[in-house]
Amino acid sequence: METTAVPDRTATLRRLMALLPPGRVLDGAAQLAAYGSDGLTAFEARPLAVVVPETQDEAIAAVRFCHAEKLPFVARGSGTSLSGGSTPCAQGIVITLNRLNRILRLDPAERVAVVEPGVINLAVTAAAQPYGLHYAPDPSSQSVCTIGGNVAFNAGGAHCLKYGMTSNHVLGVKAVLATGEVVTWGGPSRENIGPDWTGLFVGNEGLFGIALEVTLQLLPRAEVFHTVLAGYRTLEEAGDAVAAVVASGLLPGAIEIMDALALEAASAAVHAEYPPGCAAVLIVELEGPREVVAADRLRLDAILAASQPVEVRPARDAAERLAIWKGRKSAFSAVGRLSPDFIVQDGVVPRRRLGEALRKISAWSKEMNVRCANVFHAGDGNLHPLILYDGREAGALERAEALAGRILRLCVEMGGSITGEHGVGLEKRDYLPDMFSPEEVACLKRLRAAFDPFEIANPGKMFPGPGAPALTQHGLHPLEKAGVIARE
Amino acid sequence: MVALAPAPLTPASLDELAAAVRSAPRVIAVGAGTKPRLAAVGADVVRVSTVRLSGIVDYEPSEFTFTALAGTPLREIVAALGEKGQYLPFDPPLAGAGATLGGTVAAGLSGPGRFRFGGLRDFILGVRFVDGEGRLLRLGGRVVKNAAGFDVPKFFVGSAGRFGVLGEITFKVFPRPAVRRTLCLPVAETKAMTAMFAAAGAARWELDALEADPAAPAVWLRLGGPAAALDALAGEIFARWPGRTVPDDEAAAHWTAISEFDWAPAGGTLAKFALSPGQVPAFVAALAAAPGAKGWIGAGGNVGYAAGPAGAALPAWGGAGVTLRGNGPLWLGPPPRVEVMRAVKAAMDPVNRFPGLDETGA
Ligand SMILES: Cc1cc2nc3c(=O)[nH]c(=O)nc-3n(C[C@H](O)[C@H](O)[C@H](O)COP(=O)(O)OP(=O)(O)OC[C@H]3O[C@@H](n4cnc5c(N)ncnc54)[C@H](O)[C@@H]3O)c2cc1C
Repeated sequence: METTAVPDRTATLRRLMALLPPGRVLDGAAQLAAYGSDGLTAFEARPLAVVVPETQDEAIAAVRFCHAEKLPFVARGSGTSLSGGSTPCAQGIVITLNRLNRILRLDPAERVAVVEPGVINLAVTAAAQPYGLHYAPDPSSQSVCTIGGNVAFNAGGAHCLKYGMTSNHVLGVKAVLATGEVVTWGGPSRENIGPDWTGLFVGNEGLFGIALEVTLQLLPRAEVFHTVLAGYRTLEEAGDAVAAVVASGLLPGAIEIMDALALEAASAAVHAEYPPGCAAVLIVELEGPREVVAADRLRLDAILAASQPVEVRPARDAAERLAIWKGRKSAFSAVGRLSPDFIVQDGVVPRRRLGEALRKISAWSKEMNVRCANVFHAGDGNLHPLILYDGREAGALERAEALAGRILRLCVEMGGSITGEHGVGLEKRDYLPDMFSPEEVACLKRLRAAFDPFEIANPGKMFPGPGAPALTQHGLHPLEKAGVIARE
Repeated sequence: MVALAPAPLTPASLDELAAAVRSAPRVIAVGAGTKPRLAAVGADVVRVSTVRLSGIVDYEPSEFTFTALAGTPLREIVAALGEKGQYLPFDPPLAGAGATLGGTVAAGLSGPGRFRFGGLRDFILGVRFVDGEGRLLRLGGRVVKNAAGFDVPKFFVGSAGRFGVLGEITFKVFPRPAVRRTLCLPVAETKAMTAMFAAAGAARWELDALEADPAAPAVWLRLGGPAAALDALAGEIFARWPGRTVPDDEAAAHWTAISEFDWAPAGGTLAKFALSPGQVPAFVAALAAAPGAKGWIGAGGNVGYAAGPAGAALPAWGGAGVTLRGNGPLWLGPPPRVEVMRAVKAAMDPVNRFPGLDETGA
């Protein structure tokens, strides 16, 4: 196989290079190494080449070439996927979209932005800020991840309960499909006519094609915030407080919980101070017009006071609010520092079963002798268990993966989901059949084939199958090690 | 001689629904018939009615979710949610006329409240549906957050029954604001109306609804939230633009009339158009130029409805729209048709059991 494949590959590369302006195709070993894996450096594969289009037409030409040659390709933004979604395909090409990074239009009157896929999430908000607007989806990686990656993975963040995920903010897409066909769906209107093709495209995990232009809705920035941190003796009490807040009819912008291990790590890493003697901390944030927040906070204060907290600490100013969020957003990287390797999951359980799920996870963690920290979006039942292990220890990775698997299956059994926001990718593809019947998986596969009959767009992801790249280790993303981003 | 359509099939369970779909070579789902143009296809297409597929299957107020059979009347859902202080924030229209949950999804219709938190597409979480080969499938999720698999539930929004028959649907819901206040602000002309859309939409007030009556012309605003806050917010709005607070009874009647399209001529044609706020002046001009036509602008200028008496032509407006009632083409404006649409149709309905998107006969 190898002997015949090698000359073929060289010829393929030559044809690809001939198609594009000089410098667009990278094939040096060192250049390729930078694209070998993604968010967790968990999986690694060596692509044939990396294409760096500078225009939409070049991206289209590259995809049409792949279609004609039946050559696999993986679209790539910033490579921060936590589920191996942007791991390259051995012998395929990577099409990296970072240079397609123009904000094409920002219309403050219509409150929409049209952007290319390589635009960084936070750059959209930065551009909207002068008009009092912002782009709502706020994954913790927002200072580095791209809109194209967000669209492909339907990324979330801390404010999903009230504002939804990426797909709730995407009004339209222009894309080149894996067949080479260029489509434009939706547009500046917040309403749509006919089937919601834009909605179907968002969350495709790179399996349908490449987004070239995305129309985003912008929202007015909330006038004021009221952020409260409350400490509890047990995780269960914190969970009960969430239930009470939700039952009260309030609609907070965010409801988050951190457990004891996460608190310990955050205190060590960013010197966050938490009420002593707490096994869990709850963060609730109200936001809106000042008169509304003033009225709502009276209710929130009363609910929290009745929830038997060790202590309740409202942020008194913007600096205290930022400190609360800094502790929260750094928690995972901080926990990551406690251990050479870790796996992060993002399963979802019905909110009322959070306590039960956490009890089970904690019992399994003891029973299997695997440490596990929990930081999660309590408002929408989205768990983020961080499973710690040392890859140098024989059998440790297997035990960690076994615990991760038990947690995913628990989420499905409880009527939840294997992923709330990180996507199925490579990492959870074997669990897709836990959530969907064979006929349902077959339906998803037929849809994929409609967009990509040759299975060249990001093959090996989302659906169970052979051919996973080598599993190396799970550790901090290089950018996390550098303190640039933190995960939720 | 006009061929009489056979009586609709009326399955009473999801299994019966799948069997009903399998029982005929050509099938289309129908609900309460409040948007009849969507299902106005050839008489050879057997109607599968969801009238007996009715009821809330699961409602957990603490989860902010419910699951109901597709034929459940909106009215019933609105009442059940209301008892627990919750609601579908996008105000699904035509509840009073008997519209069903499934029909509302297939039509892709949202009401005034969609301005604040988004439309129907932003609240649908999961579906159980029967595909073209008669298989009962469940896609999406039953919890408020889920990213596993392609978002087929969203795709069904506005799909007019062309890709599958909805059997059961899961939605996200929100706590209902304690109090609502409606403000009516007269405007001199359309330009003032669109300027108000832009300013009010970007303001700090977080309006619940932002609509306009293009004929009056007047802008209708709705605030929602704790009672103590609304006086101050309304005061600030009035300081900017003159207008009146609409008394509660009148406001309730007004929003019901909008949701029920009471302003549209009975027995006539009714169509929905997706607009961008910048297109509103041209849309209003087209309305004014069409004899007998009436209209309404919703979602801060992102949607326009146009209606005309039976037999009269709708305004000549080139943008994308869909006819809900009356005659005329189903899809208005240039429907963009690309190859992958045919492929997706073949993936969901390989035997072409459901009418195609452009099979809009009658
Ligand atoms: C520290 C850290 C914190 C994180 N926090 C969050 C969080 O809070 N919430 C959350 O949801 N995620 C989070 N993530 C995950 C990740 O950041 C998101 O999934 C993000 O959307 C990926 O963006 P990216 O630009 O890095 O995409 P990549 O990782 O490069 O790609 C992701 C997927 O998108 C595809 N893709 C990329 N661009 C395109 C395009 N233009 N067209 C089609 N497909 C494309 C790729 O093929 C791949 O499948 C975090 C990751 C890290 C490392």
